[in-house]
Amino acid sequence: MPSLKDLKNRISSVKSTRKITKAMQMVAAAKLRRAQDAAEQARPYTERFNAVMAGLASAAAGSATAPKLLSGTGSDQVYLLVVMTAERGLCGGFNANIAKLAKQHATQLIAAGKTVKILTVGKKGRDSLRRDFGNLFVAHIDLSAVKRMGYADAQGVARDVLTRFDAGEFDVATMFYSQFQSVISQIPTAQQIIPAKFEGDDNAEAMLYDYEPSEEAILADLLPRGVATAIFAALLENGASEQGARMSAMDNATRNAGDMIDKLTIEYNRSRQAVITNELIEIISGAEAL
Amino acid sequence: MADTMQFDLVSPERRLASVQASEVQIPGADGDMTAMADHAPTITTLRPGLLRVVHSGGTDEYVVSGGFAEITAGSVSVLAEEALPRGEVTQEVFDRMLGAARDAHAQVVETFKNEPGPVDDAAKLLADMVAMGTHIGLDPRQ
Repeated sequence: MPSLKDLKNRISSVKSTRKITKAMQMVAAAKLRRAQDAAEQARPYTERFNAVMAGLASAAAGSATAPKLLSGTGSDQVYLLVVMTAERGLCGGFNANIAKLAKQHATQLIAAGKTVKILTVGKKGRDSLRRDFGNLFVAHIDLSAVKRMGYADAQGVARDVLTRFDAGEFDVATMFYSQFQSVISQIPTAQQIIPAKFEGDDNAEAMLYDYEPSEEAILADLLPRGVATAIFAALLENGASEQGARMSAMDNATRNAGDMIDKLTIEYNRSRQAVITNELIEIISGAEAL
Repeated sequence: MADTMQFDLVSPERRLASVQASEVQIPGADGDMTAMADHAPTITTLRPGLLRVVHSGGTDEYVVSGGFAEITAGSVSVLAEEALPRGEVTQEVFDRMLGAARDAHAQVVETFKNEPGPVDDAAKLLADMVAMGTHIGLDPRQ
């Protein structure tokens, strides 16, 4: 049975924890709105881009001269997994879910006899993958200094990936990130970025375009940008997911702290009452003994 | 015959403009071109330069650093890698853009020592950037 003083200390410590989680929840809510705005702003670009690329890619896919970024290197022996997570924790299962999906993929690929390389973006993913796959890491990109995710950051990641591709370090690249569904649901997703796949609706009327310069030149110019665009979109989704996950995690934590405070308060009141009763009994029995 | 068309200018970070325009001057990779309504469907890549849009409310100018444009009979969509209204391009912004182009050029020269293709491309990009700066009256400070 803890003493009254112990209980009082417990209560005040849980109270300050609740203050912190409450504050984090509100900060996450504000950041979530900004992250969602950013994702919203980026959507028109990504949509147009993919629509144009889908047309270009379907035309070029059949030809033997298609760029490697589109047709692949012709083998699928070496896989690069780009694992994008948050820089900070305290956001529920967000980081763990992405890492788990990446782990599953890596294990499957290794079992199938493929070579796996891992590039991590975000500290948390690196930390949780290090124990099992630490020897497969090829690089880590640190975005902890970035306050507002910009296209330039995505370009940095894309440049790193493309340099490795050009150097023949891998055949297929897949990125892992979390798709923002709602505040309570974020879906860990794997998306192949090299060789590139573009999903356009095939039903759209086939527009016959003039290309300036040539179709091949445009395709070769745009494919690397497609990688950057895909990464940028994923980073933004990830940012919104992270804040959403943190918000609901902190909401839960605040509620739990409240429950705990209630429970502790009841216990505190009971033991205080017990002490008072005890004292009364002592006084009364003392008086009776006289 | 329609004499205006839908014009959209989007960059990865935001949508800059969406208006009914009567003519759009595009800095294409192979040379400037002006698109008006009922233009033949065209896709062209951009070089760093000035994009000029004429619409009922006047003329807007944007500085773009690259990307591509999709032209159809009824619309022009410019997907720029980086785009800013001309008024927002100050000497500092320009210095930063030019610095990035210079770095990219230096890096390409470093990596592709014996391949003229990529080096020439980067050099052209840099030259276009300088030319654009001179055009809008900013100093490319060598």
